[in-house]
Amino acid sequence: MSAPKKLDLPAVRALLEKAHGRDYWRSLEDLAETDAFQDLMHREFPRYASEWEDGEGRRNFIKLMGASLALAGLSACTRQPTEYINPYVRQPEELVPGRPLFFATAMPLGASSTGLLVESHEGRPTKIEGNPDHPSLGACDVYAQASVLGLYDPDRSQALAEEGEIRSWSAFLETIRQAVEAQKAKQGAGLRILTETVTSPTMADQIKGMLAAFPAARWHQWEPAMAHSAAAGARLALGQPVNTIYDLRGADVIVSLDADFLASGPGSLRYARQFASRRRVRDSQTGMNRLYVVEPMPTPTGTKADHRLPLRAADVEQFAWSLAAAVGADTGGRKGIPNAAFDKWIGAIARDLQRHRGASLVIAGEQQSPAVHALAHSMNALLGNVGKTVVYTESVEANPVDQVASIYDLVKDMDAGAVDLLLILGGNPVYDAPVELGFRDRLKKATLRVHLSLHEDETSELCHWHLPMTHYLETWSDCRAHDGTVTIMQPLIAPLYAGKSVHEVLTMLTEQPERPGYDIVKSYWSRQHTGADFEAWWRKVVHDGIMPDTALPAKTVALRQGWAASLPQPASRQGLEIIFRPDPAVFDGRFANNGWLQEFPRPITQITWDNAAFMSPATAHEKGVVTSDLVELEYRGYKMRAPVSIQPGHADGCVTVHLGYGRTRAGHVGTRIGFNAYGMRTSNALWQDFGLKATKVGSGYLLVSIQDYHALDTRRHIIEKAAIEEYRRNPNVIQESAEAPPRELTLYPGFPYDKYAWGMAIDLTACTGCGACVVACQAENNIAVVGKQEVHHGRHMHWLRVDSYYHGDIENPEIYNQPVPCMQCENAPCELVCPVQATNHSSEGLNDMIYNRCVGTRYCSNNCPYKVRRFNFFLYSDWNTPSLKLQRNPDVTVRSRGVMEKCTYCVQRINRAKIDAEKEDRKVRDGEIQTACQATCPAEAIIFGNINDPNSRVARMKAEKTNYGLLADLNTRPRTTYLAALRNPNPEIEA
Amino acid sequence: MADERPLIDEELQPEPVIAPGYTFGTVTDQIASVVLTRRTPVFWMACFSAGFALLLLLLWSVALLFAKGVGIWGIKIPVGWGFAITNFVWWIGIGHAGTLISAILLLLNQQWRNSINRFAEAMTLFAVACAGMFPLLHMGRPWLFYWMFPYPNTMGVQPQFRSPLVWDVFAVSTYATVSFLFWFVGLMPDLATLRDRATNRWARGVYGMLAMGWRNSVRHWHHYETASLLLAGLATPLVLSVHTVVSFDFTIAIVPGWHSTFFPPYFVAGAIYSGFAMVLVLAIPLRAVYGLEGLITEKHLDNSAKVMLATGLIVGYSYMLETFTAWYSGNVYESAALWNRMTGPYAGAYWFLITCNVVAPQFLWFKRVRGKPILLFLASLVVLVGMWLERFVIIVTSLAQDYLPSSWRIFTPTRWDWATYLGTIGLFLFLFFLFIRLLPMISIFEVRTLLPQAKIEEEGQA
Repeated sequence: MSAPKKLDLPAVRALLEKAHGRDYWRSLEDLAETDAFQDLMHREFPRYASEWEDGEGRRNFIKLMGASLALAGLSACTRQPTEYINPYVRQPEELVPGRPLFFATAMPLGASSTGLLVESHEGRPTKIEGNPDHPSLGACDVYAQASVLGLYDPDRSQALAEEGEIRSWSAFLETIRQAVEAQKAKQGAGLRILTETVTSPTMADQIKGMLAAFPAARWHQWEPAMAHSAAAGARLALGQPVNTIYDLRGADVIVSLDADFLASGPGSLRYARQFASRRRVRDSQTGMNRLYVVEPMPTPTGTKADHRLPLRAADVEQFAWSLAAAVGADTGGRKGIPNAAFDKWIGAIARDLQRHRGASLVIAGEQQSPAVHALAHSMNALLGNVGKTVVYTESVEANPVDQVASIYDLVKDMDAGAVDLLLILGGNPVYDAPVELGFRDRLKKATLRVHLSLHEDETSELCHWHLPMTHYLETWSDCRAHDGTVTIMQPLIAPLYAGKSVHEVLTMLTEQPERPGYDIVKSYWSRQHTGADFEAWWRKVVHDGIMPDTALPAKTVALRQGWAASLPQPASRQGLEIIFRPDPAVFDGRFANNGWLQEFPRPITQITWDNAAFMSPATAHEKGVVTSDLVELEYRGYKMRAPVSIQPGHADGCVTVHLGYGRTRAGHVGTRIGFNAYGMRTSNALWQDFGLKATKVGSGYLLVSIQDYHALDTRRHIIEKAAIEEYRRNPNVIQESAEAPPRELTLYPGFPYDKYAWGMAIDLTACTGCGACVVACQAENNIAVVGKQEVHHGRHMHWLRVDSYYHGDIENPEIYNQPVPCMQCENAPCELVCPVQATNHSSEGLNDMIYNRCVGTRYCSNNCPYKVRRFNFFLYSDWNTPSLKLQRNPDVTVRSRGVMEKCTYCVQRINRAKIDAEKEDRKVRDGEIQTACQATCPAEAIIFGNINDPNSRVARMKAEKTNYGLLADLNTRPRTTYLAALRNPNPEIEA
Repeated sequence: MADERPLIDEELQPEPVIAPGYTFGTVTDQIASVVLTRRTPVFWMACFSAGFALLLLLLWSVALLFAKGVGIWGIKIPVGWGFAITNFVWWIGIGHAGTLISAILLLLNQQWRNSINRFAEAMTLFAVACAGMFPLLHMGRPWLFYWMFPYPNTMGVQPQFRSPLVWDVFAVSTYATVSFLFWFVGLMPDLATLRDRATNRWARGVYGMLAMGWRNSVRHWHHYETASLLLAGLATPLVLSVHTVVSFDFTIAIVPGWHSTFFPPYFVAGAIYSGFAMVLVLAIPLRAVYGLEGLITEKHLDNSAKVMLATGLIVGYSYMLETFTAWYSGNVYESAALWNRMTGPYAGAYWFLITCNVVAPQFLWFKRVRGKPILLFLASLVVLVGMWLERFVIIVTSLAQDYLPSSWRIFTPTRWDWATYLGTIGLFLFLFFLFIRLLPMISIFEVRTLLPQAKIEEEGQA
């Protein structure tokens, strides 16, 4: 064969590929004779050039080389596919491949937003963290943590659609321009814009500008889970709608009237932090605040209560009347209807409140009636709390309206055929508008319907145009926090698909239809900015994630005299009450397609992938149903089906259902999950009403919960608890109850952990059970979603779980939350039994899991008493979907089938901090490493650090007398310990 | 045989170890004719087909298992071991009877073992084969099973020798090797017999190769006797150690209900119990169909039943001890585990287990029951079911409800759990019936030594 003039190794291989066996060697010999080959040898292997001269050496060489050349040419072997590493041609500034960057932005939700620092790897966001400078104090809730998955949701709409056909933006622009032109003549009389709640100053400015250009146009707002009654309540008691902000740092006594202020609603992240700061028992500070909660369905706030009373939602109002009268507020002579359940509490609570004037707080639940809100304002005013623990400001919303009236007006106009052009910017009104409005049918009467949204959902189905919206992580915008602080939202990544933001769509109605969002937002703020150097200010504001001095100033309002007189006498209601609440996982349904949230075990109930009709054991017994029976709920002729779930601690005589399920067009994950409560939700009873009928229609519905047994057996050392009085009298009360074998019990000398020794302490007094840590862990560690069937088989993959235990009588138990990560036991039972050394102990005390050594015998999981180890029974990780690969944290392995995994104390974060510290020739500082769960916890209940450093927070926490280890009597010596759950009961109330 | 009196004095026993009227020739004829015949009985066809069908089911289940993953079974967190380990321990336990009969009864000079030891040892081998599949099948990544063996490797990593699973590797592989050797060495004289008697060319050839040139010379017999004793000596401790090591899978763990010190004798007794039950389940139909009542006599059935009764009593005692220890210890987790076993979600399985293992064998006190083969057969089936349930109850109930109630979850077997289990029964039947057809199921030469003509005592030490 002839060889070309110049050879390289691939060419040689190509030449030899065709030859086999003896021919191969002959060809190689022949090839070796050629000059080109000899040149190659000299070039590639100059060191062996001398051997090449000598015939014997050459033959040896060929023998050796021939083998590797042959192997390289074997087509039977699977070759590593060619992958191209593309270095940056123009490297973005500050970007070091392998090191993440953090960018400040915020996630707007309802009438508030959460300040975020988003971790970005090579230009794509992978993890959400909180922004410590923001009013949310660096914490995140489950919605924010899971939102990054929403960005990469493969079911997101990727293109415009007109009646199902893909279109381009220019096509839409043409259509919209024509429609807008037509409206100009009518002053915009046929133009309607429907948005969700708007806090964005830029968007408000754009819409106001549009309304100025089209004076007859209307702007409607509708969001199903808004605090619709709060404004009415404020108007009732204070004469004007105000924004109510709490400051729990100064509150010694708090009464919650069905307010889940620690885990939901605007400001809850901040309130949880403040509440925990007054609740922690540390060092010698044993003063604890006291919390009374009355609510129908147990919530995370209810688990923190020192006294919790389950009451029907309407009875909460009765309670509020009675309490207000007892406190001395002006109730127009009204008292609540006497109720044996709470009458004995009213006096005690009232006295407690009066003893703490100016340091107490009454919080009305967002979903309670306007009367309850008014009563809360009234009581706070009387107790002198205004300006101390409660502050009033202007509304955070850019255009606060009665949203029920707003959507009603829109529906009326549509029905009258007055709507020519309807722009629905975000939201899903076909799914979640009040059912009696018949939005679905009335919508069809609008001439041109345009829907801008993330998914092609129920509303897009009925609109002419569906426009893909950019996710907030792809968007330039702005929003306000619960106290009014503005954050400029900057995108972390260019829009993945053909989406546009709300600003970019609104601007299409103007003379500058193609203005990018960045310009719109920046120019708005340049007009607002006073003072010099806008550019520097802008850069700082975008960098910091907050705009200083934009918190709304406190407003002085006075209680209206005799406001209560205008209300009718509270009347007793009979029958079964229906209660609607936003869902702790999917909120109002917008997150239905988020797998992390669907699989998130709802606080306390631990249910996944479903909603249920929650009722008390007594109510269920009365109706003759048990958990998993299907009931048909009927309210005013509207029906829904739901599976029953008996909930200890739920009030009798009412049924709670959560919104956001039963969707028909949510995407692959969320469609047909759960049961649609919006079908029963009318505008006059958005949150609760009587007149519910419940009939059993079936049984055996598969309701999947990750925890089947909740009863707390106090003989097992699981939750150590005490009343604070008991603790003050005998600080050793917890240590006496918890049993940990002394270290001297064993003959073996302990391992000297003399460098870093990682440990974690979780304060059960502070933990509210909100579950943000669970979703944060899932996001950080590439944990797979397994689906309802597999969760039913006990195969969910959450490395961290929050167990909920009930203690006491089933009608109203004490509920304890316990986050359970890996205990990283020094005497780990799992390490002993692994046959292949796939789990070992590091010199810093971590129990390391080596995924690629694990053969999957599952003995380690069997031997773990805490059951924190999770096994990949199938290939759960999605290997294929391209957009989901972008979300994965590159510092953490994605596990395959047959491999065990568990919490690692975020070892990737530990290692990064250690590397940085070593490069800077110092030790890792306390607080430099924050595990994902720790970073997101609103209550700062989880603290991680180096226990060898006596000044570290975690070492000081472990030195507390309330510190104990879970099942420590097994002598596992867990590095994760707990601080006992302390309560501060009122001695006047026999608990 | 050694020049010693047998422990069971034959004059006192009404039943003979071998029926009168046999000669050397007729013994060989009867046993060899099962193999060297052209006609296969319908019984064999039926059993073999059933076994083969279940074997196909096994192959399908295993293929699906490897393709999709171990999640096709009902296992979950916290019950990481379900049917697979239950079946593993059950099969290994069954195997122990064969080794006891072959090895221990040999060393104890029990002549009644001579006619049952061949197929009992074959039963052991096939049971170990079935058992040995499960530790491989139940792994999440079975293609890496060889990491549990200490072989020189480029990673520089050895197995973790403190883990009972690694001890299992050694115990089971030793057991399989020694059992196979013992069985095969014992087969050689009979293979030679078949070689000499076979008329078919292929049969002669294959038996000839397997017989390894056995010529019935004194020297061969001398070597044979020595080898036999040595192997018996090796195999005897295995009867006790293998199941002890298997029980360590549980005792080393901290799971309440597993963590105890008396599992080794309990498990060994249970193993012999289930093993003899399997021996009877196989022997009773075989002797009826093949007319071997003269060789496997009422005495054999009686003795096996007595061994079953004795070990059954030990097992019953162990249940009582377990319950007593749980209460006496005052350990909340231990007592809760037993209490949950007796009254919790698996209470049905537990009480059925007690019925099968403790109540049912009490009937074996009665000569009338021991004397009727059909009743013995049924009793043995009951014992087999009971012993399977015992492993299931120990493994699954302890895991399902251990320390933290928040993790408690119930294990429910899926169809693939059942399919794999029945499939291994099929594998066993398949192999066993192949053995019946192709190899002498009773040791020809050893039975011949039972004949009075053999004049064993007069000849003294060989």
